[in-house]
Amino acid sequence: MIAHVHHENINYLKASKGLKNWLITVDHKRIGMMYLASILFFFIAGGTFAGLFRFELWSPLKNFLTPDQYNQFFTLHGVIMVFLVVVPGIPAALGNFILPIQIGAKDLAFPKLNLTSLYLYWIGAAIALYSIVAGHADQGWTMYAPYSLSRNPAVLYMMIAAFILGFSSILTGLNFIVTMHNMRAPGMTWYRMPLFLWAMYATGIMQIFATPVLAITLILLLLENFFGIGIFDPALGGDPLLMQHFFWFYSHPAVYIIVVPGFGIASEIIAAFSKKDIFGYRFVAYSSVAIAIIGFVVWGHHMFVAGQSELADSIFSFLTFFTAVPSAIKVFNWTATLYKGSIDLKTPMLYALQFLFNFTIGGLTGIILAILSVDIHLHDTYFVVSHFHYVAMGSTMIAFIGGIHYWWPKMTGKMYNEKVGQIAAVLVFIGFNTTFFIQLIMGSQGSPRRYYHYQDQFQIHHQVSTIGFVILATGLFMALFNLIASFFNGSVAPANPWGAKTLEWQTDSPPPLYNFKETPVVTHGPYAFETEKA
Amino acid sequence: MATASTGLPEHHVAHHFDSADQEFDSAKTGMWLFLASEIMMFGALFVGALVFLTLHPAAFREGSHHLDWRMGAINTFFLLTSGLTMGLAVIAAQAGQQAKVRLNIIISLFLASGFLVVKSMEYAVKIHHGTLPGRLWHGEGFHDPFAHIFFGLYFVMTGLHALHVLIGMSLMIFALIRSRKVQFTRSYFTPVEMVALYWALVDLVWVFLFPLLYLIG
Repeated sequence: MIAHVHHENINYLKASKGLKNWLITVDHKRIGMMYLASILFFFIAGGTFAGLFRFELWSPLKNFLTPDQYNQFFTLHGVIMVFLVVVPGIPAALGNFILPIQIGAKDLAFPKLNLTSLYLYWIGAAIALYSIVAGHADQGWTMYAPYSLSRNPAVLYMMIAAFILGFSSILTGLNFIVTMHNMRAPGMTWYRMPLFLWAMYATGIMQIFATPVLAITLILLLLENFFGIGIFDPALGGDPLLMQHFFWFYSHPAVYIIVVPGFGIASEIIAAFSKKDIFGYRFVAYSSVAIAIIGFVVWGHHMFVAGQSELADSIFSFLTFFTAVPSAIKVFNWTATLYKGSIDLKTPMLYALQFLFNFTIGGLTGIILAILSVDIHLHDTYFVVSHFHYVAMGSTMIAFIGGIHYWWPKMTGKMYNEKVGQIAAVLVFIGFNTTFFIQLIMGSQGSPRRYYHYQDQFQIHHQVSTIGFVILATGLFMALFNLIASFFNGSVAPANPWGAKTLEWQTDSPPPLYNFKETPVVTHGPYAFETEKA
Repeated sequence: MATASTGLPEHHVAHHFDSADQEFDSAKTGMWLFLASEIMMFGALFVGALVFLTLHPAAFREGSHHLDWRMGAINTFFLLTSGLTMGLAVIAAQAGQQAKVRLNIIISLFLASGFLVVKSMEYAVKIHHGTLPGRLWHGEGFHDPFAHIFFGLYFVMTGLHALHVLIGMSLMIFALIRSRKVQFTRSYFTPVEMVALYWALVDLVWVFLFPLLYLIG
């Protein structure tokens, strides 16, 4: 019995040894770490493809890639980054690790299901990678019919991969929501939950309700490819626009599946490094849920020039403006939190501030694109590319990287080098904005996206963008090596290096196998910095 | 109590739960959320069918006439009755009546098999007439060139539904096996309840599939 208790109090990294014990683990912390490693691997892979075609675009004509390879590489970049990096990203890696601890639970409600999600992710990822050698997929990540109906084996493998990854995503979201409903520690009321969890909740709702529509769309695309059932293929009497409706019914909420977790991380970091309660906690919490709901009724704004009726266009445009309201509430509340806070510009905070800056640009350019007449000019230009990179990369990935730095001491028990982390964060900021701000300009001048050859007048823009990519990649690798180096020469992390108030900082770094030695009892909100002073 | 005489062991709550209630509530919330996602998936298919109905109403009606509504009605009877017996199985499990749980699940299994037999008979007729989806189509005597899409949708929708019937039946068998290993009580009847919930979805989808495919026109 004593040995048993002892075993539970050992930290989760040392609780059992060997690769096999990691592969069959049901501990949410280990599963989160395996997700983190996998997602970072694919982030590097997707980034490498981006780098390749960015250099190809150094001059208007051919450099070193054929047009075919160029099309394949932007497809692979899109598919990998969307389905394997940003969609699972924050929830699967950080959510898995942090969520149960933040509510004071021993694990997620369904630990085996959680491991199943991870295996589905790996299987989906393996099939996606196999599609690279199975042929050349050049349909773009959107897989629009009828081009995706050419029975290209590489495209078919990608569809199967996305289908399996969708299941993984649904199961993760389901597990999170059930856990938040049923596993909260005594005293952990809904309004004492950290905002990261409200974000996870909103994300889970979208994963559960939107992803199945993608699943059936992919099934129908596969059946259309194999049997020609005639639902999407115009040659058989089908409706290709229906496919776009289905696709964006998932993929627009997916944009919020991507970015809402980033909101959650930003809230945690900004509160912790301003040493202040989040301004308007309930508004920030509700606005995550509001975005999740509004996100379901704006998908048509991806199809303004696809032949939708003008009435539908107008309604979708109108509804799209509404998404700006909860987003703006968040930005104002974060800014108000900074006001008169004791701001500490540690590495996570530098990422959180970049997130604020980038998300403001990403959000406002979205408003511009929601204007019907303007969108007709900007549709399918680099302006759109830049807009969604400001959201997916500039907001989500930046928040993700900030979150990794924030929770790194908790997850690994090691402190990284603060100076190197800060320099890397600055490089990432400069690199990202150099890469993508210029794309807003070239897009507004009419430069179409995805083109292999382009007009000479845009060469300087492309070159600036490519230089930005180099700076960005340098910053990212610097951050990565800094984190990895902490395993070897990092100092031992205390339980609460940042002086934060949420529950995960009240247990050891790294946490014991069942997270807490005793079930915690919660008596105050997540950011009770004020009560301490009093 | 009579239930103790079965001699089966009681269920143990998993390590990360505090109580049997918490475990049960988690399973139930999870199942409902899963069913919600299933409804979204089938929902999209129904939207697809309605779009096709709007685009090619004549083709839809012509295709629909080639289905036998009596077969559909028999299957509706099978499924709704099995829904009842699964509900009875839950009540029996709550009362700890192990034998009654098994009996009701076995009846449900028979009814579900009946559904699949009728469904295969219908499929056999379509294979015989060549009214198959897309490239496999060699149906004759159709006026509308888009009639084949109706059968494409028919096979996709009923096929996906039949897959769910098969999954539901496997879950029933799982609950049967479980009933031999552990005593169901007022505080532990989770497997039976979850299977019954899942089976209710299978019922529900069919209740909408039947009028959409068989009765329109």
